[in-house]
Amino acid sequence: MSRVLIYNLIRFVVLVLVQAFLLKNISLYNLSVPYLYILFILLLPFETPNLLLFPLSFLLGLTIDAFYDTPGLHAAACVVLAFVRVLFISITVQKDGFDNEPEPTLGNMGFRWFFTYAAVLTLFHHFFLFNLEVFRLSEIEYTLLRFLSSSVFTLFLILISSFLFYRRKER
Amino acid sequence: MRNLLIFISKYNAFFLFLIFEIGALIIYVKYNSFQKATYINTANDVTGTMYARTNELNSYLSLKDVNDSLARENARLRGMLQSAYYADTVAQRTVTDSIYKQQYTYTEALVINNSVNKRNNYITIQKGTKDGIEKGMGVISSSGVVGKIIFVSEHLSIVQSLLHKDAKVSAMMADTKDIGSLIWGDDLDPKKALFIDVPNHVKPRIGQWVVTSTYSELYPAGIPLGRVINLHAKGGGFFLNMEVSLAVDFSKLQYVYVVTNKLASERQALEEQEKQE
Repeated sequence: MSRVLIYNLIRFVVLVLVQAFLLKNISLYNLSVPYLYILFILLLPFETPNLLLFPLSFLLGLTIDAFYDTPGLHAAACVVLAFVRVLFISITVQKDGFDNEPEPTLGNMGFRWFFTYAAVLTLFHHFFLFNLEVFRLSEIEYTLLRFLSSSVFTLFLILISSFLFYRRKER
Repeated sequence: MRNLLIFISKYNAFFLFLIFEIGALIIYVKYNSFQKATYINTANDVTGTMYARTNELNSYLSLKDVNDSLARENARLRGMLQSAYYADTVAQRTVTDSIYKQQYTYTEALVINNSVNKRNNYITIQKGTKDGIEKGMGVISSSGVVGKIIFVSEHLSIVQSLLHKDAKVSAMMADTKDIGSLIWGDDLDPKKALFIDVPNHVKPRIGQWVVTSTYSELYPAGIPLGRVINLHAKGGGFFLNMEVSLAVDFSKLQYVYVVTNKLASERQALEEQEKQE
């Protein structure tokens, strides 16, 4: 239990630092901006109670906001992400399987499940984030282009980092 | 009552979602205009000092560019020195000049956080109220206009970059003095801006300089904004819209100058008075 706590704490700090000091400076053609920090919410254990999941997402978003000078924007997007996560997991995962697979990682759940999971959650988060940031219908084409290319970039980074820390399920 | 509790606990995810989403949106709507002081930004102690530390490391990588730009500016300033001119009359006398009084002073500041790839970009600089910085002051760099101060803490301030949807600078053609406004375009290109609301009778040329106008209270007149690169940008109607390539490379900002206009408060008071009457 305490090991899970420490892992997630370290993950939180590392992802926030990477996002604020490394990925903030990266953009492809001023179009594609990666937001890798959402990996923290993706990798929270299945059994995280909702009462903890939502405050954690909110806190993560607010921390990123402090670095990005956008109070509330990332927090709002992260809460949407947490809600989509709850729905997605309740649809696709059986409740009694939790004992064997405590965390939704690539090694535990297999590539196909993890890819769909990460893709759906990233798309929701980015769609909400970019549209809330611009908040104008007149630039919708450009916003959609940014949203799609950024989602691809983020998803790519999520998969790479998952393979980097890949651990096969122990049987 | 019991049924209500069961209902809420059954759909607790949805209710928690509502509570936190509304909280986040309230913060977003309330603080996003920077009208009120907030701690969720890079001017607070924790994030500010962290950015200052990483900037110390980063600044080593761009020493060459900074050097070049400083050398260029030195050369330009040296050209304006008294010693760069020769006297063609022999008679010399000193005149105590009381015609000119200083209107603008400049405070140099280090850029510690910057972005160019978002819809609304902000720059954090390492000077604050302690150094006499106030909200609403203009910010320029050695190559042109950067933005204006919108939030000040004790040691740090946040600049609304020219790359912002609310940024609008009163501008004019450098040689013909035709007035218009400069805004950032829709396509979010950090190298380009739009020079809009120019009267239709003006005949602009490609390559003409666009500079700050004499109307602006933030900047001295004649600070470069960019050069005209496209005469027929979209929109405009009864006015000419032009595309301008910006003079400042926002992705490489290292040092900026905060402009203090000594007549700003007098001007504001005067214009306020006029509005009331």
